[in-house]
Amino acid sequence: MAIYSQILANGLMLGALYACLAVGFSLVWGVLNVINMLHGSFIILGGYLTWFAWHGWGIHPVVMLPVVGAFMFALGYALQKTVINRVVSAPVLTTLTLTFGLDMILYNVMTYWFTATPRRVQLDLGSVSLGPVTLPVDRLVGTGLALVLTLMLYLVMRGSNIGRAIVAVRMDRSAAELMGIRTERIYAITFGIGALMAGVAGVVFASVFPITTNVTGTYLGKAFVVCVVGGLGSVPGALVGGLVLGLVESLAGHWFGPQQAITAGFVLMLVILLTRPTGLVGVRGYE
Amino acid sequence: MSEPILRLEGVSKTFGGLKALTDVSFALEPGEVVGLIGPNGAGKTTLVNVVTGNLPPSSGSILFEGKDVATQKPYEAARRGLARTFQIVQPFPQMTVLENVTAGALFGGGAGSVGDARDMARESLEFVGLAPLADRPAAQLALAARKRLELAKSLAMDPKVLMLDEVNAGLNSSEIDGALALIRRIAERGVTVLIIEHLMKVVLSLSKRLLVLHHGRLIADGPSAEIVADERVIEAYLGHKFAARLKERHHG
Amino acid sequence: MKSGPLAYALLAAGLLVLASTPLWADNYVVRTAAIVAMYGALATSWNFIGGFTGYPSFSTAAFFGLGCYVGAICQHAGVPMMLAWLVATLMVGAFACLLGAIILRLRGHYFAIGSIAVVEVCRLVVSSWSSLTGGGDGLNLPLLTWAPEQVMRFFLFVMLGILVLSLIATALVDRARLGFGLRCIHQNEDAAAMVGINTTLYKVAAYTLSAVFCAAAGAAYASWTGYIDPTESFQILMTVKVPVMAMLGGAGTLAGPFLGAAAFVLLEEVFWANFLDWNRAILGVVIVLLVFFLPGGLLSLARKAKAKANSANSGSGGAA
Repeated sequence: MAIYSQILANGLMLGALYACLAVGFSLVWGVLNVINMLHGSFIILGGYLTWFAWHGWGIHPVVMLPVVGAFMFALGYALQKTVINRVVSAPVLTTLTLTFGLDMILYNVMTYWFTATPRRVQLDLGSVSLGPVTLPVDRLVGTGLALVLTLMLYLVMRGSNIGRAIVAVRMDRSAAELMGIRTERIYAITFGIGALMAGVAGVVFASVFPITTNVTGTYLGKAFVVCVVGGLGSVPGALVGGLVLGLVESLAGHWFGPQQAITAGFVLMLVILLTRPTGLVGVRGYE
Repeated sequence: MSEPILRLEGVSKTFGGLKALTDVSFALEPGEVVGLIGPNGAGKTTLVNVVTGNLPPSSGSILFEGKDVATQKPYEAARRGLARTFQIVQPFPQMTVLENVTAGALFGGGAGSVGDARDMARESLEFVGLAPLADRPAAQLALAARKRLELAKSLAMDPKVLMLDEVNAGLNSSEIDGALALIRRIAERGVTVLIIEHLMKVVLSLSKRLLVLHHGRLIADGPSAEIVADERVIEAYLGHKFAARLKERHHG
Repeated sequence: MKSGPLAYALLAAGLLVLASTPLWADNYVVRTAAIVAMYGALATSWNFIGGFTGYPSFSTAAFFGLGCYVGAICQHAGVPMMLAWLVATLMVGAFACLLGAIILRLRGHYFAIGSIAVVEVCRLVVSSWSSLTGGGDGLNLPLLTWAPEQVMRFFLFVMLGILVLSLIATALVDRARLGFGLRCIHQNEDAAAMVGINTTLYKVAAYTLSAVFCAAAGAAYASWTGYIDPTESFQILMTVKVPVMAMLGGAGTLAGPFLGAAAFVLLEEVFWANFLDWNRAILGVVIVLLVFFLPGGLLSLARKAKAKANSANSGSGGAA
């Protein structure tokens, strides 16, 4: 039984990180109907900024959270406003290709400046034991931060005017426009928030996983899976999707080996796609 | 009397808890022109969707030429000769008018080759009076012409039963007159026509028999003249109070 | 699809240039020509599902990679090379047929994601099934014992052969009811069903056609390089690059995907040679520019120029 408590704990911790990783991607997909292929690179960019601030100037990652968040929001807002908005209502082939092209540029810039060497912010916080379960503190803190950040986004979406406007645009764009909501601005803000969440997820990840451009695709893949499993465009959806994926990977890793953990995630996604395309908590599908 | 070409027996359709159709039964004789009327939300379009396989019925059977087709797919309905038009027209927007109709002839009308289908399509366009616009992209047509295109496409499929879902919605009165004349000519070719309308005037000028749907139930089925005098029908259309007042006036 | 005489001329010229490279150029050029032919076949394949049918499929790398592996495993088991290619083509075709019946129920973004996931799942399964595939270590194949130029020439003609077959298939489908039906599905799938098109069957046919030439090219590629591994065989980059090539030339046209592949591969070669550190970013810029300024592809430029010339002519002829 002890081994399963550990697996459960690992799965939930991983799941919280996945939720934080995917929530911005989910929001952009749900509201703009754009699959943002840049998302994985945004996460790594956030991670690099954190690492360089830590190693260059000794700035603690927690301090970097708002800095990276603000920077990524500005980057995302500008990118949507100037580039992506021009094709925002085009078919998926166009928008996906465009964001893939942009990702190739960002990826190349990052690999050139930072090289592909894996880097990690080592906080050396030790670990704590709860009965049979051992938890590394850095990962525990990361999980806590991920949950807090995701919850904050939820509160913003629920409580603020901007959040309500985003939800209105997601539900029915033309009705929202009739109510006087400027959808173009909402799109830019949503994309900004998507980038912000990717960036802060990167800050959190920097102290948990090695940061390298080699894993941008892996993170993007996780975001796909979380979105499809949980359902698009909502914070609870991303949370459920993240936790389910974390648990499934953790269990599959234990039963079939670490390589199969990733396969299990994708298989889960394909099954959900075909049986419940709106996701586990999704209300409305987008075609 | 000959065997009915289309017969519905106890057809129901529910969406979740919502009953869109309840125990609907009727039959169409070959060559008949029948009107299906009812207020908005009565379930008229749902009924057509069930008959053409767009929605599976929750219960009941649908017999086309004596064969149960309740589980058919839309493309099977089209090939059998059950054609329809949509309330909101559904052209292939980037294709020309001719290509649109050719698609109907090729896949629904059983044309042997693309060339044959094109010839059939030309005939069909001639019939509805769209031949001069044959090479225009469908997306460029005005509403009345787009409705005619739908008709031409359906005709090219050589239908036995044609269901026209609100073909007159959004047209002005002279356009409606043109459409009515066209529907009459289609009926003269021996096609069984079911006209779905909420404008009584239109239906009355075309069909001798009416079906009335209200809250998903078939509340009347009979000769047009009787149906329009039927209290329940008037009530369904005009509301309870108005119907009562009308009755008083008649008696008074 | 209106493939004018210009498209046919460009197509014939392109094929002729590729086929004649051994006569006038060095091995590097012949190799590039073979790569162009291979990507031309992949892009022409993709065109069936992406161009004709309008389904944003990103499965190309799955079919290519499976083709590599089925061919390599057959050759390992002693099957003669050409027969191994045929087996790979048929098996991957059958796989695509079954897979298509399942995932073609999805539309739009969901289909796009599902088709990408197929590539990842294939890669992961191949790399963990070590007993059959050699896992992450990859597989070695028997190399041809001819002179290097001969080997190069041989694979150039093999790739050209696959490309020409895919082009012939495109031309045939284009004229037949299959092509007509696929274009109807592209425009409005519900309306297509209502005119009597068995949309599921047609889409599965298109998806299968989009797989077989990729599988053949993959199997031949494996024999050519003599070594394959999961990362090289199932590349997400390839799976996005191939649709981009088709769009660069003109998706849904006969010659477009091949011309787009040629332009793309040549650009890529130039960037690799001159800007090693920045080649990926430059390709990214090319993609972004393509999306903004050339959404109809290179062939649409030619068509526009022709339309302009025509309207200029009729304009001078009178106010018609």
